[in-house]
Amino acid sequence: MSTGTFDGPAPETMIVRDMVKKAAIAGPLLILVFGLIWGANGALSTAYGLAIVVANFVLAAAMLSYAGRISAGLMMFAALFGYLIRLTLIFLAIWLVREASWVELLPLGITIIVTHLGLLLWEMKHISLSLAYPALKPTSVSKESSAK
Amino acid sequence: MSILAQVTYEATSKAESQAIAAAGQAGIAYGLATLGPGIGIGYLVGQSVQAMARQPEAAGMVRTTMFLGIAFTEALALIGFVVFILLKFV
Repeated sequence: MSTGTFDGPAPETMIVRDMVKKAAIAGPLLILVFGLIWGANGALSTAYGLAIVVANFVLAAAMLSYAGRISAGLMMFAALFGYLIRLTLIFLAIWLVREASWVELLPLGITIIVTHLGLLLWEMKHISLSLAYPALKPTSVSKESSAK
Repeated sequence: MSILAQVTYEATSKAESQAIAAAGQAGIAYGLATLGPGIGIGYLVGQSVQAMARQPEAAGMVRTTMFLGIAFTEALALIGFVVFILLKFV
């Protein structure tokens, strides 16, 4: 490892992969609850909001890990311009469908905020901040494999 | 007839100008909502890169914290965006 790049497995990718798994667990429940409150359109809008949040996380992790393999300076660039690009994409994703018949903006907005913060807070429980396991807390299987 | 047309035109233009002003204000609110997180992310990433340069063996740990920090900071911008969307279209 040099000071300019990071050659190990990208922690962002590991974190986001785990977050996607958690979204797959919590998503249907959220869709069901919002579907019961706002009907079929609410359920569709919730699913759309969930997809936006997950795509946002995946894109952020992909950009950072790709830039991190090249240089730390590029990672700074990717973080700042990635923020701008991702906000623009979220804006476009909602702007383009705002008048569609299946869109309910209230559940869509609530889903974006609740899912984003909820997934992050849930993930915080599984984050490990140690030198040996930089991204996620090790499972018993990964502990055994690293001991060998 | 011409007075009626003029009154209708004035009412329409007043409603339109109000809508334009509201759109402008919503745009300014959204712009301000993204400004703070932008500064925050810039500071956060700058400090993280500095930490990685000083202590490369802790890069994984720093990147984990940095990624979560970016995501949490971005939540503020998303809240601003959702409020903008709800005020503008609902």
